[in-house]
Formats: sequence, C-alpha cells, structure tokens
Amino acid sequence: MTATTLLLTVLLLSVAGFVLGRRRAFTVADARGGIRSLHSLPGHYGLYTAIWVGLPALLLLFLWQSVEPSILTELVARDLSAEVLELPPERVGLIMNDVKNLVAGNIVSGEISPEIRTAADHWERLESGFRWSRTILIAALAILGFVWARRFISPDLRARNRVEGVVRVTLIACSTIAIFTTVGIVLSVLFESIRFFQAVPITEFLFGLEWSPQIAIRADQVGGSGAFGAVPLFTGTLLIAGIAMLVAAPIGLMTAIYLAEYAPRHVRTVAKPLLEILAGIPTVVYGFFAALTVAPLIREFGESVGMNVASESALAAGLVMGVMIIPFVSSLSDDVINAVPQAMRDGAYALGATKSETTRQVIIPAALPGIVGGLLLATSRAIGETMIVVMAAGLAANLTGNPLEAVTTVTVQIVTLLVGDQEFDSPKTLAAFALSLVLFLVTLVLNVIALQVVKKYREQYE
Amino acid sequence: MSNSTQSRDATRQVAERTMKRVNASLRKRYRAERRFRMYGILSVMLGIGFLAVLLIDIAGKGYTAFLQTYIELEVYFDPQVIAPDGALDEETLRMANYNSLIRESLAYLFPGATSRSDRRALGALVSNSAPFQLQQMVMENPGLIGQTARVTLLASADADMVMKGMISRRVPEAERRLSDMQIAWLDTLEDRGRVEKHFNKAFFTHGDSRDPEQAGIWGAIKGSFYMLAVTLVLSFPIGIGAAVYLEEFAPRNRWTDLIEVNINNLAAVPSIVFGLLGLAVFINFFGMPRSAPFVGGLVLTVMTLPTVIISSRAALTSVPPSIREAALGMGASKMQTTFHHVVPLAMPGMLTGTIIGMARALGESAPLLMIGMVAFIVDVPKGLFDPSTALPVQIYLWADAPERAFVERTSAAIIVLLAFLILMNSLAIYLRRKFERRW
Repeated sequence: MTATTLLLTVLLLSVAGFVLGRRRAFTVADARGGIRSLHSLPGHYGLYTAIWVGLPALLLLFLWQSVEPSILTELVARDLSAEVLELPPERVGLIMNDVKNLVAGNIVSGEISPEIRTAADHWERLESGFRWSRTILIAALAILGFVWARRFISPDLRARNRVEGVVRVTLIACSTIAIFTTVGIVLSVLFESIRFFQAVPITEFLFGLEWSPQIAIRADQVGGSGAFGAVPLFTGTLLIAGIAMLVAAPIGLMTAIYLAEYAPRHVRTVAKPLLEILAGIPTVVYGFFAALTVAPLIREFGESVGMNVASESALAAGLVMGVMIIPFVSSLSDDVINAVPQAMRDGAYALGATKSETTRQVIIPAALPGIVGGLLLATSRAIGETMIVVMAAGLAANLTGNPLEAVTTVTVQIVTLLVGDQEFDSPKTLAAFALSLVLFLVTLVLNVIALQVVKKYREQYE
Repeated sequence: MSNSTQSRDATRQVAERTMKRVNASLRKRYRAERRFRMYGILSVMLGIGFLAVLLIDIAGKGYTAFLQTYIELEVYFDPQVIAPDGALDEETLRMANYNSLIRESLAYLFPGATSRSDRRALGALVSNSAPFQLQQMVMENPGLIGQTARVTLLASADADMVMKGMISRRVPEAERRLSDMQIAWLDTLEDRGRVEKHFNKAFFTHGDSRDPEQAGIWGAIKGSFYMLAVTLVLSFPIGIGAAVYLEEFAPRNRWTDLIEVNINNLAAVPSIVFGLLGLAVFINFFGMPRSAPFVGGLVLTVMTLPTVIISSRAALTSVPPSIREAALGMGASKMQTTFHHVVPLAMPGMLTGTIIGMARALGESAPLLMIGMVAFIVDVPKGLFDPSTALPVQIYLWADAPERAFVERTSAAIIVLLAFLILMNSLAIYLRRKFERRW
C-alpha cells in the first residue's frame, strides 16, 4: 500500500473505532442501568476509541516515512562493492543517486553499470519488503489500539477528560510551531553562515568594499577572484529602501491624516479600499511594472534632459517599491491617529487652533511613537522586499550613492546565488546564507523595536 | 474705583491688541490650512493615480494576448510526402514530414517565393506547432491522406505581433524580426481573408513553452492550485488550533509571551527568508524533491500561519465573554464551551483571515524561487510531487524572456492572477459582511 492509501485506511479505521466505541459505551451502560450511569457522553467514548486507533498508527506512519529513505540508502550503500565504498563520499552519493533514479524510472546519468543495476534490484526488493512490513505493523497497531481502548470502556472511565487532554496537547503543539519556525530559520541560516565565515573572515564580509562572488570552478577558467565584501550590497539596499521610504513616508502619512481628519465619510469609504488594493497586488506585478514601464520612462526622461541613466536604475526600483509601501504606512498611521483621544482634538479647537494646526501640533506629536513604529516596520519591509529588486535592480555590485546608477541589493544576491545549479560547499552558495543571516537579524531588530514602540504607545491611551 | 476702570481699560487694550494680531495672522493661517488640506488630497490622488496607472498599463499591455492570430491554409495531404512507400502504419504517420506539406501549401499561395531562403521565410509565418497539428489530424483520421482540407493553423509569434501592431512597420527592416517581404505576404494573406483572430484557448490550456505562441498558464495555475490546497489544509487547522490555545487556554506566563513575540515577528520576517528555511530544512535536511508543489505548500504554510493566527485570535476576542459564561454555567466543560460555542461564533472571522492569508500566499513568489520552482517546466503537473511552477513565478519567468510576444503574455498572466486575487478578496469581504455580528 502506498503511504496515501495507508493514511486513508488508518483514518477510516479511526472512524470505525469511533462508531464501535460509542456503541460499546451504550452496551456497558445498559448493564448498569442506562445511559445516565456513564461518566461522559457516549460520543466521548467513541472519540476515546478513535484516538487509540488512529493516533499511535499515524505517529508510527509519520516516523516511518521520515526515516525510511535514509535507512534504505544506508542498507543498499553498505552492499556496494569495496572499490566503490573507498571512493570519496560525494562520489558514493552520486552513485546512490543513479540507483534511486533507476528505481524511479528516471533518466540515469551516464552508463548503467551492472553494479548499479544490482544495487537497484536490491533497493526494490528491500523497498517492497519495507512496504509490506509497514502496512502490517500499522494495521496491527491500529487494531491493538482498538482492543486496548475497548477493554477500558466502562461507565467509570473518564473518557471526556482523556479526550480533552489529548485535544489540549494538540492545541499546544499547534501553537509551538511558531517557535519551531523561528528556531528552524535561525538554525538553517546560522550553520551555513558559520561554514561561510570559516572560509571568509567575518570582518572581510562586513567591511569589505568589493563583491564578486563568481569563483572559477576550474583553474583554467576566467573568473572573478571571489571577493566577498558585502558593503556595496548594504549601501545598495539602503539606497533603494531609502528612495522607497522617501516616496512612501510623506504620501502615506498625508493620506492617513487626510482620511482620518478631513475626508468626508463617502470619500473615506471609497479611497481606503482602493488604497488597500495597492497592498494586495503581488510584488511580481510591481517588479514587472518597474522593469518594463517605469525604468524605460525614467531613462527616456533622463536622456531628454541630458543625463545618463542606467536602464536598471535604483530610482525605478525604489519608486515602485515606495508605491507598494504607501498603503502599509497609511494604514498603520491611520490606526495610531485614530487612537489619539478626541478630547485632545477638542482641547486644541477650543483654544482656537485650526484643523491643520491641531494635526501638526497636537495629534502628530501625540501619535509620533506609533508613526515611527509604523515607519520602522515599513522600512523593514522595504529592506526585505525581493521581487521588485530582482526584476528591476541590477546584478553587479556597485558602491555608489547615485540613484540613477544600477545597484544591487542583499535580496537580489541571495536569489542569484541560490537559483539554478549550486554546490553546497562553495563559499558562493554559503554566502547567500550569510547574507540571509544579516537580513534576518536586521529585520528582526527593526521589527522588535517597532512592535515594542507601537505596543507601548497603545497602552498609553487605552 | 478709577483704579478698576483703569485696569479694565488695560485689559481691553490687551484684548484688542491680541485680536488685531489674531486677525492679521488669520489669512496666513487659513492659507496654511488650505495648503495642508491640499497636500492630503494630493497624496490620496497620487496613491489612487498610481493604482490606476499600474492597472491600465497592465491591462493595455495584456488584453491583446487573449486573441491569437491564426492562418487558414488549404493543405493537400500528399501521400507521396506522408507515406512515400505506401505503408500507412502508425510509425510512418508519426514521423512524416508535415512541415513540407505546410511549405507546399504556402508556396502554392505565393508562387513568387521560389528560393530556399524565401520558402523558409514563408514557413516562419506559421508556428512551430503547426506540423504537430497536422500530424494529430492525420493520426486521428488517416482518410485525409490524398485529400485537400482547409486547416486553421497557429501563426508564429512574430506574425502575431505584426498583426497586432506590436512590431511597428516603420522600424527599419534590419531591426525587425520580420522582413518587408514577410509582412507583405501577411498583408496578402489578410486581404484574401486567410488571417483570423480567435480567442486564445492555448493560453489557458497549455503549459509553458519556449515559443510564445504556444505558451500557456495552465501548468502554472495547477501548480498554484496544488500549493494552495496544501497550504489551506495545513494552515487552517493549525492556525485555528494555535489561536484557540493562546486565546482560550493559555496561562499568561513567559512561555506564552515567547510564543506571542514569535508570531508577531514571523509576520514581519521577509518572505525570502522562509524560502531559505524551506531550502535548508525541507529539501536539504528531509530530502524532499525540488520544485514540488508539496514543498511549496509547506513553505507558504509556514509563511501564512502568523497571519492566520493573528486574525483568528482577533475573531476569538470579539466573541463576548457572556457566551462563555453562559455555556460554563450550563455545565459545559471548558473544551465544550470553546468548541461548541466560541469557535463557531468566531468562524466567519477566522475564515476571512484564512482567505486573506491564502490570497497573500497565491501572490507570493520570492520563497518559491529558493526551492527550485523557477525551472522551465513544460508538462502540466499531475500531483503534489510533480515538478511545477506557480502563477507568480511563471510571470517572473516570462518577464525575463527576451521575445516581444512574451510581454503581452506576461501581462495577460498578471490579469489572470489579479482576477483570482480579486475573487478571493471579494469572497472574504462577502463572508465578513454576511456573517459579521455586532455584540
């Protein structure tokens, strides 16, 4: 049986367990004088049985699925001839890949040697044996669970409490996934980064002024020397994010002020959702727009006034990114402006201040921490934004502050280093992980500060 | 007495002076007020203006892709060409030189084109896929051999671009992909009513292709669909479970604070970082296949979970405590209260949050680049583990392609993607409107 059918079978058995367990509860209750003698509802006894049938079997299936491939590889690899086993581990890995491809019926690289063929046959024999034992074991476990649960069903069994305990544990497991995700991100990025920093000193990475990660694979190839100074990437990222914030911060803030303080209700109900659409448009669409419409426009305009503009200028990417962030800034600012108590506005009006004076001198200072928090969140988003810059910004690292030239960013480099063929040991690939570590840490710090600021501010007025 | 009059006079004088100053500055202040207000209106107009420009630009570039140029030819299914030795077995029919049938038919229309290069140029008006179309026709109906039939063939992308006016005739010949002669032939064909534009069905039924006229988005749509299915199946129950625990059961302690900080942070982590997580954990550590929708779905699940959890928690908090108290008072256990009363009441809000999270996942492409979903894949995926791309990634791939004809296809794919997003968001809005309750 394949894993999917096995999974469905276990689920079906579990449903059957529910029905039988429930019926069993009625039977034992009858012997004691009716359903009222049960501790829990009959359904709870059903669920209790279903859990006993399904849960251990599913856990076993999951465990089996995750360890089976490595065990199979290990067993088959052990039986390869001695001369193969003496090869370096990467070569053995390649041979094992051929074996797996042969089993799966894919195209195998190069000639199929008899040894690989025997290994593949061996694999298939082992795998079918594993399949059988898996099916039998799991079915046995499900049935055992059923017998076990059925024996326990009695009117005194606190089935509801047991079931609720299991549900509670499941809920806790669900909520800890967030922690596992963070740990997963940190670990996956950290390990590779440490390996990278063993090859390239961390000071060179953080303070070096030259970035050209292409390393010649063979000695006779022409290639860059492989310089890993990330400063041009950091400045490029900051340049584009800076342009984006120059666009988004004033427009977003003024939009929020207008919508919160001035706009009549019907304007608000139309304008707000329209602006939210900007936030919902996928970033590839912005990237396409930036690369095919905005960049040529800026270039033509630059040429008409006699300036030399790169076709992948930082300005184009930054402008479009700014447009993308406008609704983000405006909705965050809108929230904090609305949270300023009405009494403060009324006080200012009573002193004879006009609306704009009230806004500028009372509301904005009062809402400032929240606005700053929102701007920080927006900056973190601009720094981490990928698709717009991948499509509209340049690839070559360029240490410049001129927005009309092409610059590259951290995210662009991560994508170009990791998309396509990659060897997992070269500093080139590992550099992507080091860059991600920097990206993750910077955005993390920005987010933590921003969330703290926003939270503190909210508590002030609640 | 006089003292108090004096002081009253002084006060009046001060008041008058103040009023004078206020009145003098009033005009300036009102002007500042109007200016400030103008800035606000300008900002809103700018935002909406950007949106309009973006949408109009893309719609303007993309709408032409929904129609496709076809060329109608009279093809003589020459037995000499299809089966020179007279044997009509399947192998012969499959391997026959259908291309020469098309060239013959075109040469018949334009007897002037005799040189080899001219005939090749003539053949370039028709898509590379045309011989396969004839092959399929003959394989289905071998009776066609020896007869002449009117066949509608797909025009090549360059011919299509000329007919749609995307390749300007005024550009010097050397810089154009079609020569003057080819354009003249096309015009002749059009005059004779042999050039037609039909609805571009291939765009919605084909997978990717290197030839723009044959490229379609069906493979990408299916890939996206599989991914979203995985994401929905995982993130909805897990997200609700986490939200229920944190909102209804969790004690306030360090541990839950940690979880909360984590969730809020993950919601703001750049999406590309989730792609790296997928690459390092799912692909390199667990050995899952690259480019598979299943892995894409897992990555998107991890990415959307924070959104789903945050909105589900908001939905749960909006259920008034009186509901819980009433249920507890009737003797329900905490678990029964939660799952029989609180969760069903919060369900519309949770669903809305999930749909919005799904919409975000549908438009996401950066993490998918990391797990190898950018490969050039022609086949339409048939399962969760087949290599595939996703709709936004397909847009990214086509945007990079040099052919002029891919620009309209990219825009058309964007239109389709936006249509899906609008559909999902309207569903969310509808749900919220329909089931929203004010307590």
